[in-house]
Amino acid sequence: MFELLEKLCMTPGPSGCEKQIRELIEKEISPFVDSVETDVMGNLIAHKKGNGKKLMFAAHMDEIGLIATCHGEKGQVYVAGLGGVDPYASLYQRVQFLNGAQGVVAPDGKADLLKDLKLGQLYVDVGAKCEEEAKELVAVGEAGVFVGDFYEQNGCVISKAMDNRVGCFVLMEAIRRMKKHQNDLYFVFTTSEEVGLRGAKTSVHTVEPDYAVVLDVTRAGDIPSAEKVALEMKKGVVIKVMDRGFIAHPIVNDRMVTLCKERNILYQMAALANGATDAGAIHLSGGGVPTGCIAFPLRYMHTTGETVAKSDIENAIDLTTVLIEEGII
Amino acid sequence: MYLSELTKLPGVSGNENCVRSFIKEKVEPFCDRIEIDSIGNLLAFKKGYMDTGKTLMLCAHMDEVGLIVSRITEEGFLKFKTVGGIDPRVLVSKRVLVGNKQLPGVIGRKAIHLLSADERKQAPKVKELYVDIGAKNKKDAEKRVAVGDYIAFASRTVTFGDNLMKAKALDDRVGCSVMLELLKEPCPWDLCFAFTVQEEVGLRGAKVCAKRVKPDLALVLEGTTCSDTPGTDVSGVSTRLGGGAALSLIDGATVYNRELVLKLHKLATDAGVTVQFKQTATGGNDAGAIHLASGGVPTVSVSIPARYIHSPSSVISLSDYEAVRETARLLMQEVDNV
Repeated sequence: MFELLEKLCMTPGPSGCEKQIRELIEKEISPFVDSVETDVMGNLIAHKKGNGKKLMFAAHMDEIGLIATCHGEKGQVYVAGLGGVDPYASLYQRVQFLNGAQGVVAPDGKADLLKDLKLGQLYVDVGAKCEEEAKELVAVGEAGVFVGDFYEQNGCVISKAMDNRVGCFVLMEAIRRMKKHQNDLYFVFTTSEEVGLRGAKTSVHTVEPDYAVVLDVTRAGDIPSAEKVALEMKKGVVIKVMDRGFIAHPIVNDRMVTLCKERNILYQMAALANGATDAGAIHLSGGGVPTGCIAFPLRYMHTTGETVAKSDIENAIDLTTVLIEEGII
Repeated sequence: MYLSELTKLPGVSGNENCVRSFIKEKVEPFCDRIEIDSIGNLLAFKKGYMDTGKTLMLCAHMDEVGLIVSRITEEGFLKFKTVGGIDPRVLVSKRVLVGNKQLPGVIGRKAIHLLSADERKQAPKVKELYVDIGAKNKKDAEKRVAVGDYIAFASRTVTFGDNLMKAKALDDRVGCSVMLELLKEPCPWDLCFAFTVQEEVGLRGAKVCAKRVKPDLALVLEGTTCSDTPGTDVSGVSTRLGGGAALSLIDGATVYNRELVLKLHKLATDAGVTVQFKQTATGGNDAGAIHLASGGVPTVSVSIPARYIHSPSSVISLSDYEAVRETARLLMQEVDNV
């Protein structure tokens, strides 16, 4: 089952350049839905017809990455971040551009590696001898993602892009498993979340849902460097009460809590001061959309070592499936 | 070309009336319909020569960065706030025009010999500055100025050097001027020339107009940073003066559709128009609002490089101006093929 998650994580899809990941998701879910379309922003919008109210599920399929902005005389490829790229986490990482070229993130002469490191002081070394050669390999505007393989150990999965291929995976699994459904269902795999919830803004406008549920990762609170929040790995699927971008609507949250209790699905509630998801854009669209967020505790966000517990993922699949099957009436 | 006239008009964000009136008069003879919407955008509509049902929106903002009077001191000096992104270092000793009556004034700060050692090391803060309109006292000043009056830079528009122009408000009167030059250009699609307000304070006019127009494709004509000057590392050079029209692949508000941008780049290059890519990822313009409007709008940005942008003396190359205009013209002609 987790082979699909591995495939999702290994398929590149930096913000604004989600073609490859979108095609993979489309191929996997098409047999289980009535129609699939791609909108102007590149969002993948799948529809499963139903009689009840419109319920939209949203998981962003983009991941953080880098984009080439200019070149240096010695063959450096200077880059900007697509999304929240931490310069320290990027240092000496390998980058794969969408055209296949690879390189290593290296500091230029002005970088202070111990203090206030900035992305502008880093470049990608693609092994070019001069500016022309570098341009040939990686043109301005070419986007790339960090390289980081997928590994399973002790009930955990570790990879780059777990944010938010886990969300995509959970939603895809639930779509595959659903045996019945109550609502008129829209499954949206959104784009450009990491640069400002952009795909969510346009897709929710198109779908005009009555209710929405967002699936995304959230920072685990059970590591020494974490802020103090009651949010632990292997303690179940997370039902968010609030984060920096939204406060969950009680109709949606009560429904999810009730279903977890009825079906004995392990869950934990989370109230967070930080973090934001597509829910921030969706709940304020039109005249407002009652919105909830199903989340998964994740350690080391926006690094190539993003770690999630398999049991939390399975709990999330169970909740999402039962929510689809029983619906929000 | 109306660029010289346009740059002389005051039009600080929220106070675009002079610019709008000027533009309205120029577009009226060439458009089928003109609307001024609730926020103040001027929308000029023109039928295409084919019946495609599609709309191409060209967009440039009328507003410029400037100041606004926040308080009048007992001595008759004007305290102010900035409107839009202004580096306070460019303000000291600059000439300004206050209010609709264009009252002359000059921006002052405590003299250098009175500054403490610490103060000398720091950039001036807006709250330390004031506009001197030569008033005797508060009462005298209040006869001519009120809190809330807008303050625009006073700056002559001159051409100099290698086909360069220096003026205030080139961002984005260049876009306005280009659009006025293209009013008669044939286009198969229906056209909307959108002259927007309040871009400099958060793309506010564009948010309103994109939802109203619902275009199938949008072209944003803009001014952008140009730091091809001493002291800038290569990774900080966004555009080069004289390097042609700058096409954006990414900025702080938009990840552009790369295929669309590359098509426009090729279209221009094949036609012998000089173009460059903007090489930094910062900043943002009306495209940020437009591409996310309603269900999403395919959007491209073509900008003119402007040195010392957002200052009273920004500098452009008139050859870049022509490149921006010709790139826009090509898109209008070939809109079916991009």
